[in-house]
Amino acid sequence: MRWMLVAAALVGSMGGVALADEPAALVSGAGADVTGANCNACHTSDYIVMNSVFLTGAQWTAEVTKMRKAFGAPIDDATASEIAAYLAAHYAVAAQP
Amino acid sequence: MRRRHMIAGAGAALVASPSVAGESTRIPGGLPDGTRAIARFVNLPGKPRMLRLTDRPPNYASPVNVFSDVVTPNDRFFVRYHLDSVPAAADMENWSLSIGGDAVQRPVTLKLSDLLDLPAAQVLSVCQCAGNRRGLVEPHVPGVEWTDGAMGCAVWRGPALRDVLKAAGVKPEALEVWLGGADKPLMEGTPAFRKSLPMEKALDGDTIVALSMNNAPLPLLNGYPARLIVPGWTGTYWMKHLTSIEVSTQPLKNFWMQTAYRVPAGLFPVDKPFVSQATETTVPITELVVNSVIAAPLDGEEVERSGFTISGVAWDRGAGITRVEVSLDGGRNWLGALLEGPLGQYAYRRFSFQTGSMRPGSYRLMCRAVSQSGEKQAERMKVNPGGYHNNVPGAVTVVVS
Repeated sequence: MRWMLVAAALVGSMGGVALADEPAALVSGAGADVTGANCNACHTSDYIVMNSVFLTGAQWTAEVTKMRKAFGAPIDDATASEIAAYLAAHYAVAAQP
Repeated sequence: MRRRHMIAGAGAALVASPSVAGESTRIPGGLPDGTRAIARFVNLPGKPRMLRLTDRPPNYASPVNVFSDVVTPNDRFFVRYHLDSVPAAADMENWSLSIGGDAVQRPVTLKLSDLLDLPAAQVLSVCQCAGNRRGLVEPHVPGVEWTDGAMGCAVWRGPALRDVLKAAGVKPEALEVWLGGADKPLMEGTPAFRKSLPMEKALDGDTIVALSMNNAPLPLLNGYPARLIVPGWTGTYWMKHLTSIEVSTQPLKNFWMQTAYRVPAGLFPVDKPFVSQATETTVPITELVVNSVIAAPLDGEEVERSGFTISGVAWDRGAGITRVEVSLDGGRNWLGALLEGPLGQYAYRRFSFQTGSMRPGSYRLMCRAVSQSGEKQAERMKVNPGGYHNNVPGAVTVVVS
């Protein structure tokens, strides 16, 4: 398998990979900027659009909580509420009765 | 340092040209509307015409037509990362693999040349994301909304993990092998992506540290320079850019094992349960379920009135495929397809079906597979919060004019 060392060296010279792209614009409204800024810190805000429209407002709140508690997003309570309210207003379905 | 700036620095990925012969260029139906709004075909470096779901972290699906062949080429193989900090190839120049933990005799650090000196094993195996086809689950569940394309099948070659572990010496009381890779979280509070395997699977001769994929170095985005191959198990255990192994007497406790990638206990069949990670209510998702996909014709395609060939692949967790059936009428009637010879227990098995002449109209084509162990594809989605293991037969609509 010695040949692979040579091949590996060739791959190593390729340099960085071009991936990043502009995310889709979020629907404008109260909380759009703070939502985009906080979510884009760790991942593209396309995750929001990709997961729409099928979650309820409560499910979006749970997603925001997951990002804070499980993934350690440095977002305070007031900002989290603002983000959850924005997502509920623009990317949520009505709760099932 | 935020490595993604380096990655982004070379410029944005190019939007792919819309029409290439034999390629599916439509965004698949059945996905959430929002997913359809953001998904598009793009050219990645070394991977043309991939279906982009997200670029940070990079999640790109293969177009379904690539499953016309058993082996998925490296330049069409899907890409899936959890965290937005993908190592650059330059970061891997001084790659090494550390082996430690409380269940080894002597911690060691191995270089690439050390691994190349070990006897090489080889396996042709499907690598399938646990969330493959999540985007087609109804009602939709949150996550990366994958189509059929979060999978591929390749020839993986490198030393067996059990031979690699010999350098450190595994103690008899070892319970799990903990795995770490070079991709790192951006935020201090984000749990690093680490996974574990039970010893029995870790020491299986088909579990290998792959240094090549389809007789070439692994593409960067598929785990260069070394990736763990865990045939029959979902892709979440196939650690990319493998850099650390700890052999432990304890179960790995973290978000990725205890919270994510879990399914309700008893819902899906497995040969060997992952006992050290099971609770009364949930178990980690491990072995694949039997599944199949139509790669040709493509959804929406106009087909010949004189007849046409339906082809695709079927796979399971390693029992092997014994039967594939196709339906021309949306699942009312099923007909046996022709199976090509098996190429390995963990590989895709190709099937085809030649229709007779067809009357003009619209036809809903479906396929379903049965494994050697008698496992069949689910008729209805086995509902679970992660939308995992979607093996409900999929459909392709074609038109005869």
